[in-house]
Amino acid sequence: MKVSFFGVMPHRELPDDFERRYKSVWVDPPFTELADPVRVGQYYNWTLDEYVHAAKAGFDGVCLNEHHQNAYGFMPGPTLMASALARETNHLNTAIVMLGSTLTTNFPLRIAEEYAMIDAISGGRIVAGMPPGSSMDANQAYGVPPIETRERSAEAHDLILRAWESKKPFAFNGKYTKLPKVNIWPRPIQKKPPVWIPGAGSASTWEYVARNKHCYCFVSFFGRKMAQNVLDGYWAFNDQYGLDRNPYRAGFNQVCVVGETDESCERENAKHIEYFYKRSLHVPEHYWALPGYQDYPSLEKTVRSGVLAKMTEKLAQFKTYKYKDFVNDEMIIAGGPETVRDRLIDLSKRLRVGNLMLVMQLGSMPPELTKKSIDIFTSKVLPQLRGVWGDEWENHWWPERCRDKPAVKSVERANA
Amino acid sequence: MSAVTHRERTLSLWGKKINPRVFVGGEGRPVIFLHGAGGLLWDDFLDALAKNFTVHAPEFPGTSPGEYDAIKLLDDWHDLVVYYAELIDELGVKNATLVGHSFGGMIAAEIAAANPRSVEKLVLVAPLGLWRDDTPIPPWLSMNGEEMSEVFFHDKEVAKRFMLSPDSAVTHPDLLLAATWALACAGKFTWPIPDRGLRDRLHRISAPTLLVWGDSDKLVPPIYAEDFKSGIANSRLSLVPGAGHAIIHEKHSEAARAVCDFIGT
Repeated sequence: MKVSFFGVMPHRELPDDFERRYKSVWVDPPFTELADPVRVGQYYNWTLDEYVHAAKAGFDGVCLNEHHQNAYGFMPGPTLMASALARETNHLNTAIVMLGSTLTTNFPLRIAEEYAMIDAISGGRIVAGMPPGSSMDANQAYGVPPIETRERSAEAHDLILRAWESKKPFAFNGKYTKLPKVNIWPRPIQKKPPVWIPGAGSASTWEYVARNKHCYCFVSFFGRKMAQNVLDGYWAFNDQYGLDRNPYRAGFNQVCVVGETDESCERENAKHIEYFYKRSLHVPEHYWALPGYQDYPSLEKTVRSGVLAKMTEKLAQFKTYKYKDFVNDEMIIAGGPETVRDRLIDLSKRLRVGNLMLVMQLGSMPPELTKKSIDIFTSKVLPQLRGVWGDEWENHWWPERCRDKPAVKSVERANA
Repeated sequence: MSAVTHRERTLSLWGKKINPRVFVGGEGRPVIFLHGAGGLLWDDFLDALAKNFTVHAPEFPGTSPGEYDAIKLLDDWHDLVVYYAELIDELGVKNATLVGHSFGGMIAAEIAAANPRSVEKLVLVAPLGLWRDDTPIPPWLSMNGEEMSEVFFHDKEVAKRFMLSPDSAVTHPDLLLAATWALACAGKFTWPIPDRGLRDRLHRISAPTLLVWGDSDKLVPPIYAEDFKSGIANSRLSLVPGAGHAIIHEKHSEAARAVCDFIGT
């Protein structure tokens, strides 16, 4: 099992009446009413500190993602953060998991170049995630017509991979990007940087992942129960497609906090968990997918299967949830080391996930508490997770030099 | 008021790859009706027109049953305008009067500007297509049902009959799917800003033009009527009191009467 630390760079001090005063945490809240640029500078540095701390404490990877116009987590330029982390972790073997630069909100070639730079700076440690971008980001913040989201993503993906692999300059005649001579400098150190594709359960994404031999990630804050159908669907699809059941073909994102004991964990983290779900995720339901963001078959499935109605019910429920409800409903995994270990092993096996991402900094959680959670996790839980999948499967979706600890090469040698 | 029977036909366009359904009803001079972003509904307004004319109402690409991917075949605004020229040819209608509502009005105006001789008369009912920084058009695609209802309708009672409610996924899944996908397809050409440069081409419209507007239109406020009126040489405005953007539902008799009087018999 590979386990990565995920922080989202949130606003940590939203006012108590935020969700009553503002329609949404995403797209609409005015920066100048709610944030101070100097304080925000502090947030970025706290976030970087937490990432570095997680890497040094022994996490296998650090995950970064891109979001715009929001107080949930505002890392509009994840490669800026990744660049700093790549440099600071050069003596370690931590994968830089980009989950990542969003394909519809960047000029695709720029992603190819920046990922290649990060791979170069880190000595070949990048995981090249290629998310389309959330509907709030791609469609609202960046104005991409929702119905074009997938098509633009697929085209950008093809261009990026070709730009990395092509030995000679080539012309690219896409629908959305047209270029006379593609010839990017630099190129990634890794011959084929592993590609992870985040999805939300569309069969068309499973097909796309299978066809391209990538890793599929379900990025959600709603825990195993909401994920089970999606991952079951993914594995059933892969079976039909004729792929093996290598658990590293799948990634999952889980909210997780650890304390000395179940009780102390609750005492220290309850208000931050509630802040996260009520305030950081204060998003009007319809924002998650403007019409066209889902392709028609997915939309039809969502409406007819009752998932839409279930989501509506669930989202309404969260507003009244307390810490214990989140735990009992398996939305978060929280508690002392034994509890967290058992729950994570259970989750990984039931979802059949080899690449686990843990969101361990949430909303208002201060840096010291985050680091404490990281330390207990890496010392008491992580060692017991590593062997979950035995040595039956190889993680082809992990940077090669980070796959086995003894095989570490220094950056100097890698770059020599 | 007895409903006019309408029939369906399916056209085969764009190298037989786009096959829109067309509702046809009534007798008399041909009128082509282009619907708004929410999809086509044969309602009282079209009924009233069909009492005087032959109404051809094609569905926007992507919104006919089984045709959801057709929208992918039209890449840009140029494609769409050429597509509609092909559609009008294929309908076999000469000297048509074009009537377009909202997004349909934006397309109708563009057809009349691209090929002025193909349009005998033009009726634009609360058309989209222009943009004013002092009166931005609200981004309807990012709204929930309640918010949409607020900007589309003046009359809340009428709104209740036409808008879907939060539990529509359970009670009316087919309607919810159709409406959502219709918005998605129109969104390809209207998101994030419903302006594809029509202002620069308005001067080419030579057909006598009637603008029909609700005086309480909150989506495309009546100030836009003035821009269309000053941009189209041979145009006049019929402002209907107590109507919002969904004027063809809210004040269908008044709107239809204005259109029929303008087209003549």
